[in-house]
Amino acid sequence: MAILVPARGAEASGDEPVDIGGIIFSHIGDSYEWHITDIGGHAIAIPLPVIVRSRTSGWHCFMSSRIGHGASWEGFHVASSGDNEGKLVEDVGGEEVRPLDISITKNVASLMFSSLLLALLVLLTARWYRLHDSSREAPRGLAAAMEPLIMMIHNMARENIGEDDYRKYSPYLCTAFLFILLNNFLGIIPIFPGGANLTGNIAVTMVLAICTFLAVNLFGNKHYYKEIFLPDVPGFLKPIMPVIEVFSAIVKPISLTIRLFANMLAGHIMILAMVCIIFIMAKYGPVLFGSMTAVSVLFGLFLDLLECLVAFIQAYVFTMLSSIYIGLSRQKE
Amino acid sequence: MNLVTPDFGLLFWMVIIFGLLFFVLARFGFPVITSMVEKRSSLIDKSLADAREIDAMMAGMKAEHEKMLTDTRKEQALILKDATDRGKAIVAEAREAASSEAGKIIADARAQIAAEKESALRDIRSEVAALSVGVAEKILRKELSDDVSTDEFLAKMVEEASSSDVRLS
Repeated sequence: MAILVPARGAEASGDEPVDIGGIIFSHIGDSYEWHITDIGGHAIAIPLPVIVRSRTSGWHCFMSSRIGHGASWEGFHVASSGDNEGKLVEDVGGEEVRPLDISITKNVASLMFSSLLLALLVLLTARWYRLHDSSREAPRGLAAAMEPLIMMIHNMARENIGEDDYRKYSPYLCTAFLFILLNNFLGIIPIFPGGANLTGNIAVTMVLAICTFLAVNLFGNKHYYKEIFLPDVPGFLKPIMPVIEVFSAIVKPISLTIRLFANMLAGHIMILAMVCIIFIMAKYGPVLFGSMTAVSVLFGLFLDLLECLVAFIQAYVFTMLSSIYIGLSRQKE
Repeated sequence: MNLVTPDFGLLFWMVIIFGLLFFVLARFGFPVITSMVEKRSSLIDKSLADAREIDAMMAGMKAEHEKMLTDTRKEQALILKDATDRGKAIVAEAREAASSEAGKIIADARAQIAAEKESALRDIRSEVAALSVGVAEKILRKELSDDVSTDEFLAKMVEEASSSDVRLS
């Protein structure tokens, strides 16, 4: 992400103030093209397919290069203001109407890339175990790197869910953990295949949390539902408890969603803000500019390292809480 | 702010891609890895238990070996002692037998010497008697031819002979 900033900073280095908010939000938000960098004032960007369904004219599919720089194509353009700012809208009788939009945006492309990468990593590891006799040979290379991560989650599942059921849930927890971890790290990497703020996007964390919610509530045992609807409490609490319990069951995935989303988003914003200090200070003379640049680089480095830590911790926390919730739903009497 | 409103397109793709990813990895990825690793860790546990058992067995075998060694040594000492005793006994017995045999031989020799002495004496005596008779005969023949004092001489001879006979015996 950070690598994009210089070009934008240079553009704004005239008399007009640097639009910090714009820079930061353009980096943590989604876009229809994958902007890599600017070279000599020309944007280097990968155009991505736009797939939209208009209420009036049906499905449309075209490359995002058609709608760059506010251009209009087949009646669609990117709104520059209003509720749908930055989103594709259709002109219907002078009004901007949001079509059904399932475009392959930057985040979706990053999601596809990271999922392919993760599938490749895990399947190659599995292939090693298929081809080698693991009781005679220690894992090497990729398998040696992936095994501790996978076994850490597998053992966490065993501890939190219990010996009887954990095998059913362990693949989901492993998938979720590695998915979050990989995307967290890809989000920190500023250059091309990384840099998309995927785990700092609420839609992604929401889907993950809903998966956990479904894993908890679809396969909860009798004891779990009895605790919710017929808990063993004094009579006057009997009508209140189900309400509280249902509320708590719904709040759990929401807290999972917000925790991961907000942590990753905040980390990205902090790093970007640190980098932006350089461009704000550019017009305050060489002394201030130079010293603040040093400060900004040092703090940027510190925050990057902190984010590496947070990337792991948040993936771990999400998975651990998921496994604890699942464990509660599979508790024996 | 559209930061906190989930975008439908991303939701849609996320559900599809994450679902696909989960299906593929849960089917072909993680179970293979975890089952192999679990197999390996159970093998390691088993090997460790086996090693402990073998260790205990080895310790038992060593003690047994030691016991056998000391037993053998004890037995060896016993056999040696027995052998020495028996040897000594045989030597002593042999010495005794030899000395008794020697005594007997000496006694026999003595008896034989005595008997031989007796017979030698007897021979000498009869020789002497014969000699004296011969001498007497010669003398008699000469005296009788002279016949001077034959009677006197005969009487003297008889007396002498009888007295010497007594003395010899």
